[in-house]
Parts: sequence; C-alpha cells; structure tokens
Amino acid sequence: MIVLVSLLVLLMLCSALAALIFKDLLNAVIASCVVSLLASILFYFLHAPDVAMAEASIGAALVTAIFIIAIRRTRRHEE
Amino acid sequence: MSETVVLVFTGFIGLGILLCLLRLFMGPTASDRAVAADTACTVTTALLVLMGFVFQRYVYLDVSLVYAVLTFIGAVAIARFLERGI
Amino acid sequence: MLLEVLGTVVTGIGVLFLFLGGLGVFRMPDVYNRLQAGTKCTTLGACLTIIGVGIMEPAWFWKTLAIALFILLTNPISNHALGRASRKSGVPLCDQSVVDRTDSFMEKSGEKEQ
Repeated sequence: MIVLVSLLVLLMLCSALAALIFKDLLNAVIASCVVSLLASILFYFLHAPDVAMAEASIGAALVTAIFIIAIRRTRRHEE
Repeated sequence: MSETVVLVFTGFIGLGILLCLLRLFMGPTASDRAVAADTACTVTTALLVLMGFVFQRYVYLDVSLVYAVLTFIGAVAIARFLERGI
Repeated sequence: MLLEVLGTVVTGIGVLFLFLGGLGVFRMPDVYNRLQAGTKCTTLGACLTIIGVGIMEPAWFWKTLAIALFILLTNPISNHALGRASRKSGVPLCDQSVVDRTDSFMEKSGEKEQ
C-alpha cells in the first residue's frame, strides 16, 4: 500500500512539473488534468470516494473546459 | 478472486496507465498528449470498478460512473479548441 | 463458483486488452495509429472488465452494465472528435502511410470556413 501511494505521488509530482515546464499552454492544461486524475485515484485508494468524485468532476472536466475557454480568449503560446 | 490474481490484474492495468503517461510526457504534438490523457482516463475507469470489487463496497461504483460521463466533456472541449485551428 | 470463474476469465481478457491499448499508445508511430489503438482496445477492455466484475457480483450487474454502456457511448465519440480535430489542425501522417483519402474533406471544410 505504501509503495502504491508513493508511486502515485511521484507520478503526480512529475505531471505537475511537466505542467510547469511546457511552453504550449494546451499541453499544460492536459498535464494538470492528469494531475487531478492521479489525485482522484489516490483519494479512492485511501477510502474517500466522495472526495474522489468531487475531484474527478471538477478537475477532469470543469477546470479543463474553463481553462480552454480562457486560452481561446487570450494566447496559446507562452513566451 | 484470490490475492495473486488481483495483484496481477492491478499490475497490468497500472502498467497500461504508466505507458499512457510516458507518451503524455514525451509526445511530439498536443494531439498526442490529448489522446494519451483520454486513454488514461478510460483505463482509470476500469481500474476504479475493479478496485471497488476488491474493497467490496457498492457505493464506490458511483465514482466510475461520474468518470465515464465527465471524461467526455474534457476531450470534446480539447477537440473543439484544436479544430478551430490556432 | 461457476460465476466467479467465468467473471475472472472475462475480467482477465479485459485487463489484457487494456494493457495492449496502453502499449499501442506508447509504441505506435503516429497520432492516428495511436488513436486507433487507444480507442478500440480500451473500449473493449473497459467494457469486458466492468461486465466481468458484474458477473462476479450478481447484485451489482445492472450498475456495471450502465457504466459499460456509458463508456461504449462516449469513448468512440470523443476519440473521433479528437482525430478529426488533429487532421484539421494539420498534424502530419507518418512515413509508412500508404493512402490518405481526406483531401476532399479538407478542401470542402476549408471552403465552408471561408
């Protein structure tokens, strides 16, 4: 169990770092979507299904859609 | 299902998710990353149902139901953004 | 006992397909090949895994059937939208590609946009 949790946290850290590094903001949005996906799996394994459900619905769908609308209003590439 | 079978199944699904995430980290274009994220979300839905069976909790299936419905919105939003062509 | 063995076999086939889908997404040379592997293998594998769990636990069968139905409805549509969008945004095909019949589609959509 501790191995699984540490692997999930490591993957979350890698995804968050990738979201920080990417210059294309669409890639950063996709990486942050994956961060919330892995956080949802982590909450599920720690026996908190309601938190996992909220994280899945907000992180995977709503935040992605709102960020994409914001990118369309502004610029896609970071300097 | 015995303990070993559960371990083997979970290991295979976790390996699939890990390969999708590797493609997401090194994919050349944004479309590759979107495809990898969508595939990882679908594999995760199956993993959550299997884990709900291992934990023997009926309520845990709701999380996968929410996942199966809401992954669609994110993928369609990304696709609409790419199609407009910026 | 029979139901449990049957459900384990169905779940095992589904898990194998899920792993092959992940491997295809990692190994294929092109966006479109990756889409093909990631859509077909993953839809079949997720449906088989979820229905296998429903077979092993007969009280859960209807709910797992609903989840499998949602995946069967939404996953091909979203991946089709992704493939169409990546073709329209100009992602190139790989070198081994033999035929590409989307030229007329591209011209027609370009005229419509203008």
